[in-house]
Amino acid sequence: MLARLIDTRMAVFLAVLFVLTVAVPLGNLVIAGQPVPSYVVALLGKYLTYALLAVALDLVWGYCGILSLGHGAFFALGGYAMGMHLMREIGPRGVYGDPVLPDFMVFLNWKELPWFWLGFDSFWFAALMVMVVPGALAFVFGWFAFRSRVTGVYLSIITQAMTYALMLAFFRNEMGFGGNNGLTDFKDILGFDLQADTTRAGLFVAAAVALAAGLLLARYITTSKLGKVLVAIRDAESRTRFLGYRVEAFKLFVFVVSAMMAGVAGAIYTPLVGIINPGEFSPANSIEIVIWVALGGRGTLVGAAMGAIIVALSRTLLTSWFPELWLFALGGMFILVTLVLPQGILGAVEAGLRRVRRRPREAAA
Amino acid sequence: MSSQLFLSGVSKSFDGFKAINNLSMVIEKGELRAVIGPNGAGKTTMMDIITGKTRPDEGEVYWNDAIDLTRLDEAATARLGVGRKFQKPTVIETLSVADNLNLALKADRGVFSTLTARTGRTQKTEINRLLALICLSDQRSRPAADLSHGQKQWLEIGMLLAQDPALLLVDEPAAGMTDAETMRTAELLRNIAGERSVVVVEHDMQFVAALGCKVTVLHQGHVLAEGSLDHVSANPEVVEVYLGR
Repeated sequence: MLARLIDTRMAVFLAVLFVLTVAVPLGNLVIAGQPVPSYVVALLGKYLTYALLAVALDLVWGYCGILSLGHGAFFALGGYAMGMHLMREIGPRGVYGDPVLPDFMVFLNWKELPWFWLGFDSFWFAALMVMVVPGALAFVFGWFAFRSRVTGVYLSIITQAMTYALMLAFFRNEMGFGGNNGLTDFKDILGFDLQADTTRAGLFVAAAVALAAGLLLARYITTSKLGKVLVAIRDAESRTRFLGYRVEAFKLFVFVVSAMMAGVAGAIYTPLVGIINPGEFSPANSIEIVIWVALGGRGTLVGAAMGAIIVALSRTLLTSWFPELWLFALGGMFILVTLVLPQGILGAVEAGLRRVRRRPREAAA
Repeated sequence: MSSQLFLSGVSKSFDGFKAINNLSMVIEKGELRAVIGPNGAGKTTMMDIITGKTRPDEGEVYWNDAIDLTRLDEAATARLGVGRKFQKPTVIETLSVADNLNLALKADRGVFSTLTARTGRTQKTEINRLLALICLSDQRSRPAADLSHGQKQWLEIGMLLAQDPALLLVDEPAAGMTDAETMRTAELLRNIAGERSVVVVEHDMQFVAALGCKVTVLHQGHVLAEGSLDHVSANPEVVEVYLGR
């Protein structure tokens, strides 16, 4: 079983991830002089949640051919679910000091908590909602879309419309999610101060563990017989139907699993960056996820995670060095990879390694 | 004797064009049948209707004299025991030859049973048997994309057999094959018939002759003639339809 899940690329990636998971908190908390500053811990944690989001998209796009341009919505919903819990955790410490209502509700003159905020005072209820809400949306959306056999570009367009509609809805104050400003000013999580270095390091480790778990789950799915059915749907959908597989059920399954994974990524993202707002639903965000996956290597899982980290890292560096150039750089990277490295960065690296390994053997012969 | 497949008064039109016009046909259990006809005679639409891809405007389609096929979708007819081979060989290109067969093997098609399915010894034996039958044992681990056109045709037939269907619908299996491959395919289909019903749609008259079975001639969506190849070739209407084009 373990051998099935962990091939060479997965082993290398997990090993590097493990070293990071140990080294980063050590460098931040234990080693004198703090070689890893606190903001770097939060930044790296954020990258890891992006990587998990990329793995989620690769699962549906790379393996089943569902090009979702709305995966940012599932990420944001997970983030909002966690954000709602963190808002309730603030309790009477808010600016207005209301023991129950978050500040923005007091500001809007609301008298009591809307029904959909009930239960979020419990961490475990929120943790469940982090997966249930994106999963339920994916189920309803996928049920109609896949049953009506909406595929290809048309499906991509309606996923884009979905996230756009959610963005407009979440921008509205009456929705009860903080409108424009979103949810912020969080104080603590499970009783730990969110400003403390130890909490930040803990969230970083949580992000790393979630990424590893997400990768292994995705790998379990893609190496199973169901994974082969997904590839069959991607490559020859009607053949798969005539083999007796109910294509819409398989698509629905993988779409829901992927949405839940994206929700978990969003839930860890929110406490790490300290804010979640409707901007996360913006269509451009969802398109960027596709770029991560294409860049790293579609249908490789590990490559998708790498792509997310590479793009996020370049964004951080480039926006501080040449802020106005970032979007050109992102577009350039995408064009370059599509033209020069159709298998993505991981595919190119592996092809390079194979060539290097073959050469000494040929020389010996 | 009960029929495997029963079509009666089936019609289907697309934007006013009658692709199938009052078509009736009976396929007995274990029968081998060739369906010929010029382009646009409605052969593919007929297969689409049988497999549940297209709903007929009117008419009856019955399986085993008992089940109404017009109410079922592709997956349901496939599970019932209808295997379909496309005109253009359609295999899953990125999967290995053995995986292609494994996906086609008769098994529970549910999502969760597929997720936890294991390839046990019975499945492996069956895959090996099929690989030998379609002469692809040496290619088992190669991606199907690497196969030649003729080999893909054979792999698709192998996938059909893996489904263990009671009826095979085979659309132009000899297209793009060499003469030797064509003759071997005809022999393979003759061997399959008897145990299963086989309906072959074909243009190649030599191949139809090699099948040596009852022939149905379709023209403008209905049956023009039916009988042995000699019988239908002697029919002046058939000659006119074929030579007139």
